[in-house]
Amino acid sequence: MNVRIAGIDADRQAKVAARLGQLLPEASVLHHQEDTRPYECDGLSAYRELPMVVALPASEGEVQAVLKVCNDLNVKVIARGAGTGLSGGALPSREGVLLSTAKMGKIIHVDPVARVARVQPGVRNLSITEAAAPYGLYFAPDPSSQIACTIGGNVAENAGGVHCLKYGLTVHNVMRVRGVTIAGEVIELGSEALDAAGYDLLALAVGSEGMLMVITEVTVRLVPKPELARCILAAYDDVEKAGNAVADVIAAGIIPAGLEMMDQPATRAVEEFVHANYPLDAKAILLCESDGTPEEVAEEIERMTEVLRKSGATEIRVSRDEAERLKFWAGRKAAFPAVGRISPDYYCMDGTIPRKRLGEMLHAIARLEKKYRLRCPNVFHAGDGNLHPLILFDANDPDELHRTEQFAAEVLELSVAYGGTVTGEHGVGIEKINQMCVQFSPEELEMFRGVKRAFDPPGLLNPDKNIPTLRRCAEYGKMHVHRGQLPHPELPRF
Amino acid sequence: MTDAVNSLVETIRAAAEAGRGLRLRGGGTKDFYGQALHGAVLDTRGHAGIVAYEPTELVVTVRGGTRLTELEATLAEKGQMLPFEPPHFGADATIGGAVAAGLSGPRRQSAGALRDFVLGVRILDGRGQDLTFGGQVMKNVAGYDVSRLIAGSMGTLGLILEVSLKVLPIPVTEATLQLELPQDKAIEIMNRWGGKPLPVSATAWTDGDLWVRLSGAEAAVRAAREKIGGEVVDDAGAAAFWTALREHTEPFFRDAVPLWRVSVPSTTAALEVPGEQLIEWGGSLRWLTTGADARVIRELAARAGGHATLFRGGDKAETGVFHPLAPAVARIHANLKREFDPHGVLNRGRMYPEF
Ligand SMILES: Cc1cc2nc3c(=O)[nH]c(=O)nc-3n(C[C@H](O)[C@H](O)[C@H](O)COP(=O)(O)OP(=O)(O)OC[C@H]3O[C@@H](n4cnc5c(N)ncnc54)[C@H](O)[C@@H]3O)c2cc1C
Repeated sequence: MNVRIAGIDADRQAKVAARLGQLLPEASVLHHQEDTRPYECDGLSAYRELPMVVALPASEGEVQAVLKVCNDLNVKVIARGAGTGLSGGALPSREGVLLSTAKMGKIIHVDPVARVARVQPGVRNLSITEAAAPYGLYFAPDPSSQIACTIGGNVAENAGGVHCLKYGLTVHNVMRVRGVTIAGEVIELGSEALDAAGYDLLALAVGSEGMLMVITEVTVRLVPKPELARCILAAYDDVEKAGNAVADVIAAGIIPAGLEMMDQPATRAVEEFVHANYPLDAKAILLCESDGTPEEVAEEIERMTEVLRKSGATEIRVSRDEAERLKFWAGRKAAFPAVGRISPDYYCMDGTIPRKRLGEMLHAIARLEKKYRLRCPNVFHAGDGNLHPLILFDANDPDELHRTEQFAAEVLELSVAYGGTVTGEHGVGIEKINQMCVQFSPEELEMFRGVKRAFDPPGLLNPDKNIPTLRRCAEYGKMHVHRGQLPHPELPRF
Repeated sequence: MTDAVNSLVETIRAAAEAGRGLRLRGGGTKDFYGQALHGAVLDTRGHAGIVAYEPTELVVTVRGGTRLTELEATLAEKGQMLPFEPPHFGADATIGGAVAAGLSGPRRQSAGALRDFVLGVRILDGRGQDLTFGGQVMKNVAGYDVSRLIAGSMGTLGLILEVSLKVLPIPVTEATLQLELPQDKAIEIMNRWGGKPLPVSATAWTDGDLWVRLSGAEAAVRAAREKIGGEVVDDAGAAAFWTALREHTEPFFRDAVPLWRVSVPSTTAALEVPGEQLIEWGGSLRWLTTGADARVIRELAARAGGHATLFRGGDKAETGVFHPLAPAVARIHANLKREFDPHGVLNRGRMYPEF
């Protein structure tokens, strides 16, 4: 019998490490526990597993070499950027190679005239904007994790940010992706023109969670930095009123540069942490931003203020200068760490629903808080209907963890029932794999598997994520909710 | 399932069983586009109508057989629009056909392409299976983005039963300016504007004139007009120009045969080929009418980092309509086709003769 440490087959590990060691520098292949431990989880730390081997290729050629070996030896490969993912997409496998892009962090080229940047996959999101800043340009998708997360991870998750209502998600801001297939072949999808011949494989690559290819190079679109941005902070004495105000802004024909919402528990947690000077007696606040030329901003802020006032805001503040605007945002951007301070653990959800159901969802979450005896502050990308309820729990208490998982599952399934989706930007990964059975029919899931087969016939790239097997769905035992309709709409849910 | 859908399902199933190809067709306005057509016509227009439209959600869900003019009129009533300005190429164009062709109009350079606004689709695959991907919400990363894959797939992967699209408010103000400029100067200046926060929504260079459309808040359009200069075109003349450009009724497109659509990075220098050229999308889209050899044009486009489509006329069988794919990418295409349409029922060969 083989020796197993942490469930890892030692013979196989030695064999894979040796083969990779022939192709990569010694320091780029890790298999001792003390070296592989830092890779055992991503941002979803409730799931952990030690990888069999970690490979750190430094070039596209080395990525090809790693993938060829893995294909040859029938070893799974899990790509990893910065490991900030919140759905366990980069969770390693004890039977697999974890391929980290940490050594591929070069900005290859910034072209200010064509407004594009060509970068390696391990480049951090914020460094792209920093490299473009001298030309008055920036990379629009701005996830709150932007100081750490990589462009490879952004592409693999189709990451969004607080400004994507107006400027789009990663999919709208990436022009071209180079990647390596499991067979070790380099493919180029999209182009530096505005489209490419054939099927839109670039669209499939975005959001593919490392399951179709390993991304080795990305060309992103850069956009001109607006001359001016100003932000409105509006307070409400009722969460539903705040939810409706979001719809009112859009109905008035305004597309704000950002439109975010936080409820009272969230503003209180944040206030202690960053002192953003939020009105703490408000049941909810909205942050509504306008950007453009000074003339445009003045005109838009006036229209926004009028709509927000009519929607019942109890207080309206307009940022007077850049310092105040950044202060408004500092609170929102620090929401996750702030909540992390008031609870041993928190669980972040990511459902997206039609905007008009925001108020309803908040009431439903309040009922679930009572049902599961757990607190749940809410921060929303309200303009997009993307929810991040944060369930507070203590992972050392197995019952709390269990209740948290049930709480989360109910919220996600409710998102589907409201005509939405289980994940807006954090991805399915390992975390929401069961809820995929609720959102999709068996035939639709089989088509997803077909897409994977088209790129990865042996099924070795991150195979245990995102798309559940039929067997897994049968075990989960939840019915597919057909197009926003609950199986028995007449029955009360709570 | 409605009768119209049932009948589409039955037809596809029967064709799959018999191994017969079908030719999906809405209004037939884009019959000219793509490789030669084969198989019995399957008319999609029986499945028409707007399923759901809520202006405050910025989303419309519409059946594939709905006429594009009807959809656009419904949106306009609420002050909204399809931001990608799809070309109709005829009064009978359907939204299903527009999504399948994947073409975008003048506003593409600023608003984004058709595929950028596709939020979800309901399709029949080549086995007649009724499948839904994506949805009606703005952000959705559950599963692979099959909806965007369907956009521009020329009906080769699925019959579009329904599509959900993001819509946007019609800009409050628009103004069109005209500047007399040679081609290389026009390319240079369009790129320069692209790097500035200006509300330029469309550009076109033809016959020594650069046309610029500004869209947005009144104050922004007014300020940009000062910065850009040139002659202001009256509203009627401007509307007529942008429509004619989108619909290929502009003088340049009349008798433009063969017509090449060359998509290149915006900064690409004027293409050195005999014949006439019209430029759109801030320099990224070059229309050529030329007798030059297809290989020369494809080589030129590829060297610039782009691709060339034989859009109208020419010898399609000999040249191929769409730019040849790299072998590894072509293999993925063939694999996808097999997964969606294992019996080769749907628009076989319409995109590439091999599938
Ligand atoms: C505090 C905090 C705030 C966050 N805020 C946001 C937010 O506002 N918006 C948002 O969208 N997300 C947010 N996230 C989630 C996360 O940061 C994003 O999903 C990000 O895109 C992940 O990037 P990464 O480099 O960390 O990827 P990883 O976590 O390393 O990997 C994520 C997935 O991408 C795959 N992958 C990584 N690199 C490659 C590659 N080169 N080729 C192929 N596949 C690859 C992995 O296999 C995995 O499936 C937040 C996370 C944290 C911790």
